[in-house]
Amino acid sequence: MQTLREGKVRIPSGCAVSAILNVQGQRINGEAIARSIACMHERSNGLGGGFAAYGIYPEFADLYALHVLCETEQARLEAETYINRDFEVHRAEPIPTRQVPAITDPPILWRYFVAAKEGRVEQEGAADDRDFVARFVMRVNNRVPGAFIVSSGKNMGVFKGVGFPEDIARFYRLNEYEAYMWTAHGRFPTNTPGWWGGAHPFNLLDWSVVHNGEVSSYGTNRRYVEMFGYRLELQTDTEVVAYLFDLLHRRQGLPLSLVCRALASPFWQEIDRMPPDERELFTALRQVYGPALINGPFSFIVSHSRGMIGLNDRIKLRPLIYARKGDFVLMASEQSALCDILGEPDEVRAVWGGEPIIVELQGGVAQ
Amino acid sequence: MRSYTPPEYLVKIDHARCRRCGRCVKGCGFGVLSMASSIWARSAELFKESAEELAQVFARVSEYAADHVVADSRRCVYCHWCVAGCPEGAISVEPNPLAYKPNHHWEPHHLKNIWLQAETGGMVLTGSGNDKAYFNYFDHLLLDACQVTNPSIDPLREPMELRTYLGGRPDALTVREGPDGKIGLETSVGPQVQIDTPIIFSAMSFGAISLNAQKALARAAKACGTLMNTGEGGLHEDLYPYQDHIIVQVASGRFGVSADYLRRAAYLEIKIGQGAKPGIGGHLPGEKVTADVSATRMIPVGSDALSPAPHHDIYSIEDLAQLIYALKEATAYTKPVSVKIAAVHNVAAIASGIARAGADIITIDGFRGGTGAAPMVIRDHVGIPIELALAAVDERLRQEGIRNRVSLVAAGGFRHSGDVAKAIALGADAVAIGTAALVAMGCHVCQKCYTGNCSWGIATQRPELTTHLDPEEAGERLANLLRGWSLELKEILGALGLNAIESLRGNRLRLRAINLHEHEMSVLGVKAAGTQ
Repeated sequence: MQTLREGKVRIPSGCAVSAILNVQGQRINGEAIARSIACMHERSNGLGGGFAAYGIYPEFADLYALHVLCETEQARLEAETYINRDFEVHRAEPIPTRQVPAITDPPILWRYFVAAKEGRVEQEGAADDRDFVARFVMRVNNRVPGAFIVSSGKNMGVFKGVGFPEDIARFYRLNEYEAYMWTAHGRFPTNTPGWWGGAHPFNLLDWSVVHNGEVSSYGTNRRYVEMFGYRLELQTDTEVVAYLFDLLHRRQGLPLSLVCRALASPFWQEIDRMPPDERELFTALRQVYGPALINGPFSFIVSHSRGMIGLNDRIKLRPLIYARKGDFVLMASEQSALCDILGEPDEVRAVWGGEPIIVELQGGVAQ
Repeated sequence: MRSYTPPEYLVKIDHARCRRCGRCVKGCGFGVLSMASSIWARSAELFKESAEELAQVFARVSEYAADHVVADSRRCVYCHWCVAGCPEGAISVEPNPLAYKPNHHWEPHHLKNIWLQAETGGMVLTGSGNDKAYFNYFDHLLLDACQVTNPSIDPLREPMELRTYLGGRPDALTVREGPDGKIGLETSVGPQVQIDTPIIFSAMSFGAISLNAQKALARAAKACGTLMNTGEGGLHEDLYPYQDHIIVQVASGRFGVSADYLRRAAYLEIKIGQGAKPGIGGHLPGEKVTADVSATRMIPVGSDALSPAPHHDIYSIEDLAQLIYALKEATAYTKPVSVKIAAVHNVAAIASGIARAGADIITIDGFRGGTGAAPMVIRDHVGIPIELALAAVDERLRQEGIRNRVSLVAAGGFRHSGDVAKAIALGADAVAIGTAALVAMGCHVCQKCYTGNCSWGIATQRPELTTHLDPEEAGERLANLLRGWSLELKEILGALGLNAIESLRGNRLRLRAINLHEHEMSVLGVKAAGTQ
């Protein structure tokens, strides 16, 4: 049966986000993040939950970890044919799961640890292996019916599905993983009744995005990134944010601080009051990246291997709390979700509208 | 030759209310109204060869004991200048119910035009754009609105940004970090023109419209932080103070084009085509080329100003590229260059070529676009609607990955801010309004611009008529219109949960079609109403 996706059905939403980063790269067990997101149970409705974990595959740190979600065995075999054509596969296995009564009818979930085959990157005309992998993800998601690569970074992985996030955590046995950065999402779906690919986080290469809110500018943003070869197949508005970060930072080299300012730009009245140099920069940013402006209510937590970013919409329509305790930085929709695992934080505050909170690792972690 | 056409309208004077002030008589550009005494004289003149008819005339003269206003309904064009201006409200104009026998196939305009052509052997001219009942796609598109999950934004309480920049852009910005850690810009974005609302005024030349009308447009453009367009008539020196808000056109006739003219512009526009008459040139009759028009256009007084359909130095896209770069050279690459084309069947491919030829802005004029004069057969049967053209162009430029390199301006019959919002959602950066601006100044769309007799003082060069338009007051009306539409655009954005116009641009997901066929929805890139 064809699952319902964006454009076919729509359900009003809430959603919860949560994230933990140890800036020294110390790895922590997945139970903490599961507890944090479970604390905001009421913000989800059981139709989506997911996690991204960084630093979980140290033994395959140099390989791309492709997490593939397949609706049929036929789809998996077809996706595998593409994978075998383009990559040296160092390990292929089902993603370990356990039976959880609340999680029903899961798709076939496999992971592949791969490196591009010799010469394939050049043959494809890709700029580098990251570009090659990004194109590959787009191609499989676009061309193989029922198969979706939902995670394609190195030494990281996305675990998501239909269910409450705490059930999803048990289903994927996250207590068996350790990561220096975890993000989590509890979904009250906006765009679909909930399908496995539509759950958060959304990932491409290193990037993963969890989102509390709705992207009103999705049509504009989507058509913008499509010009640069991105194919939006997961059919939920948040997907476009991962691609915008990939386009503006990885491909175009814009510093992360400016990427955030392109996505949640200062208002013109603020730009007009800036000193001339800054005004010129921010005006140009808006002139060139106007179609990348994200409009609508949002709090995003965008993660990549070197850190995480918290970003609110510019008129602060959604909640996002930042907290720090020692080497731990946390962000979540609600303060309770942070205190539950941190105790009393050293620093806690709300993230302002349009204000990017960019946290970077201070060392100790391989790329 | 005697005319077979009946009067289309009946002008009625309420003599009990009329105070015989004579304002209507002096002001009617079409000579419909006159004092009875002058009618007698004219009648006598007309019938002087017939003694019998003359006798009848004098018999009728006796009916007019006192001098009063009389109307020659045959001449009336339904412009309503006299009706709107009569201080006593003593004039009414009605369609003549007995003018034509109803017939669904042979409609009045068919009969009228046949009679007219049988009398003259010429082309039938018309003005102000297509008035036929063609399908209007804007009326079959509906905008989205936010409800619970994605809150609407209140424009009275939150900033709502309409500021738009027109110009060409690079795909990406390059920045560098200075020693102090500050990020500086390395890329030069190229010349950009800021407009505070995504609505500009369409090209209307001095010659086609009066200097007072152009002054009104310039005043409003400056007051609202937007742009007016000189059209192909040159730039009158009275407009120099508004030059930062003026687009100057380089059309096939090259009227008024000089280095100084180019330097004074906010941006330059090469006019290839016009929505009301794609593939057709322009013709300003010699009688409209007054001393002022002659000086501005740099042509002799009284000479016909013929602007051919083709530029005689542009017979290929390469030639167009040369002109684009010649204009950029002439202005030291400080101003964007636009190319204006009419909406035609393969407009998407043409626009792609124009973008690649170096244009910074592409203006597309749909078949509802207005004009001072067009052959009726062209106006009514050539070209395509702006909605389809715009959607096709935007999509094609995106498929080719070059949409972000150019700005798109859409024109051709925009009637209200809803049309504007829908055009932006279909992909326009801004829209240009012509007829709507004229209407704001008083035009009643009588479609007789080509006669030069506009009683409203807009589409005329007759000094006694141009004084009918006060540029200050007309400018205020235009500015009010733009403010009103801008406020409405902000409301629409707020309803859509957006606070910047950029987020509506090309956002076709926020449009839904009603009563459109699959293939039309496919061209427009929209889903049917009721689907999500």
